[in-house]
Amino acid sequence: MIRLTIDKKTVEVEPGTTILKAAHKAGVEIPTLCHFELCDMGIENKPGGCRICVVEVEGRRNLAPSCMTEVQEGMVINTHNIRVLNARTTVLKLIISDHPFDCLVCAKSGDCELQDLARQFGIRTVPYGGEQSHYRKDTSPSIIRDVDKCIMCRRCEMMCNEVQTVGALSAVNRGFMSVVAPAFEMNLEDSPCTYCGQCVSVCPTGALTEVDHTNEIIRALSDPKKTVVVQTAPAVRAALGEEFGLEPGTLVTGRMVSALRELGFDHVFDTDFSADLTIMEEGTELLQRLRGHLAGDPNVRLPILTSCCPGWVNFFEHNFPDLLDVPSTAKSPQQMFGAIAKSWFADRIGVERKDLVVVSIMPCLAKKYECQRDEFSVDGNPDVDFSISTRELAAFIKQANIDFLNLPEGDFDDPLGESSGAGVIFGNTGGVIEAACRTAYELHTGKRLEKVEFEALRGMEGIRSATVDFDGLPLRIGIAHGLGNARKLLDEVREGRSQYHAIEIMACPGGCIGGGGQPYHHGRSEILGRRAAAIYSEDERKSIRKSHENPSIIRLYREFLGEPGSHKAHSLLHTEYFPKNNEVTINMQS
Amino acid sequence: MNQKINLAPEVLACMEHLNGSDGVEVVVNLPKEKVEQINAICNSFDNDPQELINVLHETQHLFGYLPAEVQDVIAHNLHVPVAHVYGVVTFYSYFTMIPKGEHPISVCTGTACYVRGAEKVLEEFKKELHIKVGETTPDGRFSINCLRCVGACGLAPVVLVGEKVYGRVSPDGVKSILAEYNK
Repeated sequence: MIRLTIDKKTVEVEPGTTILKAAHKAGVEIPTLCHFELCDMGIENKPGGCRICVVEVEGRRNLAPSCMTEVQEGMVINTHNIRVLNARTTVLKLIISDHPFDCLVCAKSGDCELQDLARQFGIRTVPYGGEQSHYRKDTSPSIIRDVDKCIMCRRCEMMCNEVQTVGALSAVNRGFMSVVAPAFEMNLEDSPCTYCGQCVSVCPTGALTEVDHTNEIIRALSDPKKTVVVQTAPAVRAALGEEFGLEPGTLVTGRMVSALRELGFDHVFDTDFSADLTIMEEGTELLQRLRGHLAGDPNVRLPILTSCCPGWVNFFEHNFPDLLDVPSTAKSPQQMFGAIAKSWFADRIGVERKDLVVVSIMPCLAKKYECQRDEFSVDGNPDVDFSISTRELAAFIKQANIDFLNLPEGDFDDPLGESSGAGVIFGNTGGVIEAACRTAYELHTGKRLEKVEFEALRGMEGIRSATVDFDGLPLRIGIAHGLGNARKLLDEVREGRSQYHAIEIMACPGGCIGGGGQPYHHGRSEILGRRAAAIYSEDERKSIRKSHENPSIIRLYREFLGEPGSHKAHSLLHTEYFPKNNEVTINMQS
Repeated sequence: MNQKINLAPEVLACMEHLNGSDGVEVVVNLPKEKVEQINAICNSFDNDPQELINVLHETQHLFGYLPAEVQDVIAHNLHVPVAHVYGVVTFYSYFTMIPKGEHPISVCTGTACYVRGAEKVLEEFKKELHIKVGETTPDGRFSINCLRCVGACGLAPVVLVGEKVYGRVSPDGVKSILAEYNK
């Protein structure tokens, strides 16, 4: 152990610890900007670029960046003497001198780490004039890049390359001209970006934000000719409360439903319903493939991969175009909901497709892209019209003067609001495959599942594997969250050495609870754990825990779809995948 | 090689004069033998991502510049994102995405040359050739670059055209230098 003194406090830490972490242990919080860490997941960004975290080390000539300077025996460190404070303030003013002053109208206002630091340091003037760097704004279906607000912390680059292995973003050019951009400074839309939104979730400023669709929804809600229905993804209820000052992990399902009703939605439904529907279709497909495999059919593709996550779908379309037949053909719950809402439900309430607007509240930015995919529309009318994130919903509720904290507990409407606990756990890594096991076990064995919780499938490790006993048949299951982990499992599939029958993949660390559209966690990884726990507690509270026991699902098949995997189910609830970026041309078009 | 690349307006702005005119779609296919040459260079460095800079050096030596499709082939071989390759290419001023002219002009803007009027000489070349620093004339004959100190400060300001060194160049002398290559 190494002993050192920080602000007159003695602390003992392991060799190799940084001053920043040693200070944290000593109860001294040093301000940071470029540094970012999700410590439970081994994710850390410490380029030492911003110099906000400098401290004075006695006996050392220059100030040390605490995020990347390792402790030494007997170090004496001052984190806030006049020399340090002057240096930090100067650095911050220099950063601000090349940053727009449009905080009043910035999407990140109130949640911006640069703004927080300026407030914390009491910055009132910026004495450095001169040039500011300017770059074109880049708007993709999900994400807006406003590079003028970039402070080159390179957190997004770390997420995109090291965690997600997507490789869309890199620092390019040099010095004052440097920006974070895709290759050849092409637009994000033309790059291998999957819209997972993890860059947005770690960006300290307004340089990366989501495309806001709230205004389109307000317009639809004010149109008397439109019937507007809303669906809410499982992970939203476990995080929305954070935006209203509630403790992370507070479930706000009932208040969220009431808020949506107050906002004017005609029917408040639940994506958990279509998550149950997904299990019926995907579980059936799993059993079909498994039975084919056991019967020795050489044409059967195993493992089967889940396909609920649009970031993940984009990832394999870009990177594994040779494996497009491996994922389940089942649409995501968002799209299954849209397809059923604009067919079965529209008929039931006697509304024409063109007059029904389907809105989704998602923890996700890739969902915005997903609902714009051509294959999810009929004659140009999309199955899901608009998708907004948890953050956008919170802003919408505040804008509408709704006293969220004091709302009564509302209930979802029938019939697309009824769900099982299996639908709820879709929000957590491991949840989709656990939900699938609950149903597939009973359908395969014909026996009743005594214990619905599959603890072996839960947890936060990036790649997990478990063998589930299907009454004598050992079903080998792999789980990955984070696209870098997904890539490892996919490489195994490509090389023919995958040992799994079924693999669940979610693009975001932690699953949807850590999605790119969730309230900013600012690196506090314990928040993800609390959201996950909230999801599991909602599951426990449900009287129905298995998708195939959801009465509305049973009715939907009886009245409309027939059997899971029927022709009608296929045409409405299944999709196909397309290889991306495989043309051998360079398109130089201005 | 296997990517459709839509170049950014910024990159295009530097290159569009090579395409003839604005807004014309030009589809460039890298010939198979060129791809094989790049593959060979990457192989000679064991396709090691750590060797990216060396691979770029050799490739630029071979092609004279590093166009987008070449970077894409390198990225593919070294298993690194093409965004990363582009990041390295744009970071180092030695690497260029624009082919140099038949007669590359290098104006020394080191301290000695600068104080003796290199800036004015440079302006004159830009005016005569109607291009900026780092660009190539549409006919591919000339390109202009700056360099720092060739170690001939006694001759300042110094200009190189290809391998040939011109000393004590004045703005008035620019026309006659260019005339040598326009015969």
